[in-house]
Amino acid sequence: MKTWVTPGGVHPPENKHQSLTLPIGTLPIPEKLLIPLSQHIGTAAKPCVELGSAVLKGQKIAEAAGPVSVPMHAPTSGTISAIEHRPIAHSSGMLAPCIEITSDGKDQWQAHQGVADYKNASVSTLLQAIAEAGIAGMGGAGFPSAVKLNPGRERPIHTLIVNATECEPYITADDSAIRERAAEIIEGIGILSQILGHPDNIMIGIEDNKPEAIEALEPHVQGSGISVRSFPTKYPSGGEKQLIYILTGQEIPSGGLPADIGMVCVNIGTTYAIKRAIVDGEPLISRVTTMTGDACGINRNYETLIGTAVSHMLEHSQFNEERCSRLVMGGPMMGFSLTSAEVPIVKTTNCILAPSYQEIPDDEPAQPCIRCGLCAEACPVSLLPQQLFWYSQAEDYERLEAHNLFDCIECGACSYVCPSNIPLVQYYRHSKGEIQKARAEKVKSDHARQRFEFHQQRMEQAERDKEAKRAARREAAEQAKATAGAANNSAAKATAEGQSGDSAADIIAAAQARAAARKVSPEQQLAKFERSIAGAEMRLQMAEEKLTEADAQQTDEQKNILVAAVEAARQKLEQAKGRLAEHIKEHKGEQVD
Amino acid sequence: MIETIAQYPILAALIALVGLGILFGALLGFAAEKFKVEGDPIVEQIDELLPQTQCGQCGFPGCRPYAESIANGDAINKCPPGGQATINAIANLLDVPAPELDAEHGEEAEVRTVAYIREDECIGCTKCIQACPVDAILGAAKLMHTVIAEECTGCDLCVEPCPVDCIDMLPVEETIKEWHWPAPTTTADIIASDLRPQL
Repeated sequence: MKTWVTPGGVHPPENKHQSLTLPIGTLPIPEKLLIPLSQHIGTAAKPCVELGSAVLKGQKIAEAAGPVSVPMHAPTSGTISAIEHRPIAHSSGMLAPCIEITSDGKDQWQAHQGVADYKNASVSTLLQAIAEAGIAGMGGAGFPSAVKLNPGRERPIHTLIVNATECEPYITADDSAIRERAAEIIEGIGILSQILGHPDNIMIGIEDNKPEAIEALEPHVQGSGISVRSFPTKYPSGGEKQLIYILTGQEIPSGGLPADIGMVCVNIGTTYAIKRAIVDGEPLISRVTTMTGDACGINRNYETLIGTAVSHMLEHSQFNEERCSRLVMGGPMMGFSLTSAEVPIVKTTNCILAPSYQEIPDDEPAQPCIRCGLCAEACPVSLLPQQLFWYSQAEDYERLEAHNLFDCIECGACSYVCPSNIPLVQYYRHSKGEIQKARAEKVKSDHARQRFEFHQQRMEQAERDKEAKRAARREAAEQAKATAGAANNSAAKATAEGQSGDSAADIIAAAQARAAARKVSPEQQLAKFERSIAGAEMRLQMAEEKLTEADAQQTDEQKNILVAAVEAARQKLEQAKGRLAEHIKEHKGEQVD
Repeated sequence: MIETIAQYPILAALIALVGLGILFGALLGFAAEKFKVEGDPIVEQIDELLPQTQCGQCGFPGCRPYAESIANGDAINKCPPGGQATINAIANLLDVPAPELDAEHGEEAEVRTVAYIREDECIGCTKCIQACPVDAILGAAKLMHTVIAEECTGCDLCVEPCPVDCIDMLPVEETIKEWHWPAPTTTADIIASDLRPQL
């Protein structure tokens, strides 16, 4: 059967034989298990148990939070001893929310059973069971399987590819699982085929360096329509996009998914977990993990409970700390160094590598790039690693994106071949992170701008409303004044008859006149001035009359008061006249202008 | 026809050239109208690059006024929240050399901060609510206020008006989802006797 050849690639020493000498083993149940709530891509699970409560093996301890999320289950029976932030296996060495279970040593299962008559069960029942079992892709990315297996009606699946490539050196978890559990794996593939509506092609892609595994699979695939395709070993062939190209010659568009071209690619470990979930009703609480490296006396695969501390594995593998150069989770090419041995094994952990200094020495210092071009030859996605390196150093993110940095699968082939020991992948990872951060900030700043603009708009609207209210009030006041002004004139006349000089009505009239002078039209103002002059004249006249009348019989004191009143009335008249003159002058000036 | 052209060669050439000129002129004029591109005004583009904290550290009441001012020739190095990255981006856009950040307007913050109100000390005066340019503070008169951390741009504008000083600017802690790989560090000398410039 024809297979295609991907560009680039490297052939690092395989080092797989060490861990294949012994069958899959089991470790004693550790005293404490630490289950991180986020072991998959998507939203972290939500704890559904309380501190101190007793749990049975397989009991759900955290629920899926949202559509792209998976629940977590207790890997053994015991009590919940902590729900808090703990260090997890992450390149950052940061803390993340975890649930700790203290084992009671009984390892007592909760009652469980598989999907009854699963061969005739509906697709939704099966997907539901897979989601409930907490299965996320076990190849490394950890994408929730139930989501992956439900690509929707608009994307019919014609090809199911089971990924048994395991191209990275040292790792043998899938290899050993196939050797020992081929029948169950094939049963799992049958379930997958049923869920996907029996696709035309079902292929198991496997590198030709695993002849025993291929041999183990052969008898079980007879007559099942599943074909086992082996192809020449090369790193990296195990990437989803690479494997699909190797087996079908088709490329997935940049940024696309296999489902876009009618394919689904599932890791072979996941098919086993799916079989356990559907047929046996067991959630994903353990996985095969390779424990290897020269710093360990025993190299083998273990059926490891999720949440087992790496240190617990090392303890049972004759680990020699002095010989160990570093602890790596994953393989030597794509794995990451652990900062602590207390971090737990998660659903995506396929290997713990404890190499000696001879195997993986410390990083040599990077030297300048000599533009040899070896990295471009090794790149499996035909990128230009050295150009990316330059732009990454220059932080020229626009050009990095133009050079398709985001198609880089971070396989490490370029760093592996680099004669100058430049940590190329680390540059790319950093740049990817920076670009993503910038994108997130852009979203945030756009949001802030929107809010700011809305805020401004709101303030302006409030100001406009206030202004409108003010105008309305002013108008009302004016109207009130116009009526009050007329009333005031007659009132002034009435009061003037009785008593001259300042009265309350006078003061109000003057204040109103002042206020009106600022606002009313020139004609009105003129009339007002004339009125006030007339009023003042009248008051002056009355006051003088009173004075002459009083002369004879009044005392000096009273006379003085009357004289003062006359004087005041006269001054008022003068003022009123002055204001009128000023007003006329002003308005004449305006007309001249 | 040919005879007339031969007779008045200068005139013929003149008419031909002027005619062509008018024809192409009309064509270009039509194209300019027909295919007119409403180019993204430069203010919009600058505003896109500014961090939108609306903090006013540049001396303008918000990012957009500063963008307008830059478009009118103001210095591009007055934005501390944006820092050197923003200056570089604007310099790139305007094709001018990138200056250093103007220290007069403040220093580039190491970490992003958000406002936090110590709620039991808050007297409910609403002064911070009025100061917030992005409406990120929630509360009412004589009732406790609180900051919607998601919406806070960390502009500091609410700290000053608080009469009881109950607002702190707290650094935002990086979560495991936001973490990304650091840049590789230049490692040790390849040759031990290599001379390095003394700093």
